[in-house]
Amino acid sequence: MAMEKFIKKPDRKPPKLIQSGPISWLLKNMFSSVTNSLISLIAILLVIQSVPFLVSWFLVDATWQGENRAACVENSGACWLYIREKFNLFIYGFFPKAEYWRVNAAAILFFVLIAPLFFKKFNFKLKWGLSVMVLYPVLTFILFYGGVAGLEVVETNKWGGLMLTVFVAYIGIIAAFPIGVILALGRNSDLPIAKYLCIGFIEFWRGVPLITILFMASVVLPLFLPEGVDLDKLMRATVGITLFQSAYLAEVVRGGIQAIPKGQYEAADSLGLNYYHKVSNIILPQALRIVIPSLVGTSISLFKDTTLLLIIGLFDVLAMVVATSADILWLGFEPEGYVFVGIIFWIFCYTLSRYSFKLEEKLSFKKN
Amino acid sequence: MKEEEIIRIENLNKWYGNFHVLKDIDLCVCRGDKIVICGPSGSGKSTLIRCINHLEEFQEGSLIVDGIEINKDVKNIEKIRSEVGMVFQHFNLFPHLTILKNLTLAPMLVRKKNLKEATEIAMQYLERVKIPEQAEKFPGQLSGGQQQRVAIARSLCMEPKIMLFDEPTSALDPEMIAEVLDVMVELADSGMTMLCVTHEMGFAKKVADTVIFMEGGQIVEENEPNMFFNKPKNERTKLFLNQILTH
Repeated sequence: MAMEKFIKKPDRKPPKLIQSGPISWLLKNMFSSVTNSLISLIAILLVIQSVPFLVSWFLVDATWQGENRAACVENSGACWLYIREKFNLFIYGFFPKAEYWRVNAAAILFFVLIAPLFFKKFNFKLKWGLSVMVLYPVLTFILFYGGVAGLEVVETNKWGGLMLTVFVAYIGIIAAFPIGVILALGRNSDLPIAKYLCIGFIEFWRGVPLITILFMASVVLPLFLPEGVDLDKLMRATVGITLFQSAYLAEVVRGGIQAIPKGQYEAADSLGLNYYHKVSNIILPQALRIVIPSLVGTSISLFKDTTLLLIIGLFDVLAMVVATSADILWLGFEPEGYVFVGIIFWIFCYTLSRYSFKLEEKLSFKKN
Repeated sequence: MKEEEIIRIENLNKWYGNFHVLKDIDLCVCRGDKIVICGPSGSGKSTLIRCINHLEEFQEGSLIVDGIEINKDVKNIEKIRSEVGMVFQHFNLFPHLTILKNLTLAPMLVRKKNLKEATEIAMQYLERVKIPEQAEKFPGQLSGGQQQRVAIARSLCMEPKIMLFDEPTSALDPEMIAEVLDVMVELADSGMTMLCVTHEMGFAKKVADTVIFMEGGQIVEENEPNMFFNKPKNERTKLFLNQILTH
């Protein structure tokens, strides 16, 4: 008797949805139940209430042209002249006008240096990226501070605005990263001394608010330094922020390390890899991928936390609102200032967050 | 030909906390031996072979692998581990690396081979496990059976003296077990020293020189396969065989 043959049936496309069109979409997505309908109605009401007001304040009734504040009086909307007038202060702080080009050069340098990372064919991405990460802040500092190659010295108390915010946040994030990784590894270590030192360090810095750390760095620390030793205030604050951030990063990285299955350690061990090889080739590459969202999250937090520098007398971009609105000629434009600074912060944070999504997608383990 | 001893275990005892997992284990393995260890779960068979490459510590007794005594203070544990390959139940491939990189990583880092040599060896072993065309894929893209064959190849790339198998087919679909066992049989035929914890009795009959039955942390019976399956010495062995072979 001939045996039955297995015949594979051809694949078909899934059936088309029978109901389509705007009415059925609305019914399905906005008014599928009483609660949903209620929520939809409230949401629509809120949009109707707020959007026209915002549009008129931001755009329609806003003042875009004119010489001085008198031009703003007639219009009920935002007075963007104030931003135009104070724009340089927001970006460069009290940096001497003649030296603005140094800040611009630093910004351009950044994009030039990271440009190779966007080329597919470039084979040394990791090495290049790491070198840029480490070298860039050094170059920037030299460029900002000057004192070499005929550059005039610009004391750090003249730094301010967005350049200060970005500089401090950049150093805080980059310098804290290796420290955080080492702390995380230390906390997971079998060596009791290393382990408890790391736990102590992490818990100390995480337990203290950043504002306290900044105060300590600017007010208390100088009391303990020997006479004549004068550490720059900005440097003290940056070190404080870095250590604070490293403790948070350590906990994020530790979360990633603990998510790596035991089997990965055992496989690495059974192949005879030593601790260094195991951590750098097997554990960290996987752990860091897992925690990219949290890493970027803490970085965004830190970026926003730099606004606390105001309380120790450093004028970051947010503090410039306070500083500029004290100008007698331009009194009372804080709302515009805060909105403007808010937009700047949002652009930076949103870029970071999009970048993290991209990175996550690119580095996710290929499956199927 | 005088058989050369490669593993000697004497009076080995191990506890997890107060739980006595391995009791007075004595075992001697010669170069080229194929040993199958079976027994109910929790009998300590995995723990025993994991002691051999020091993935588990033990508290009492002595264990000598390839002339080096393994104890708590062993200095060159990486050195011993590089001579002892291990295949796990859940493959434990490195998911962030391609198959080829999974295979070349340890030879390059531990054996200090250059990329070209390591790649040659890797491709040679991938041919041997019959999946050279998967070299550029990632572990997640392979079936369970293919992953386990890669795992075997990964261990072989270190050119180990001993291979340990910890239930290599237990996490596989029935249709994939055969492809992994084929590779293991072929490896056995090539003269590799093998210790396999497995429930595949067909494999045991085919390749084992010695079958060991464990229960409650003890070696209950150590016998050559023919005798083990047909005339077991111990009644506990007989009961176990009845239970697994009647279904």
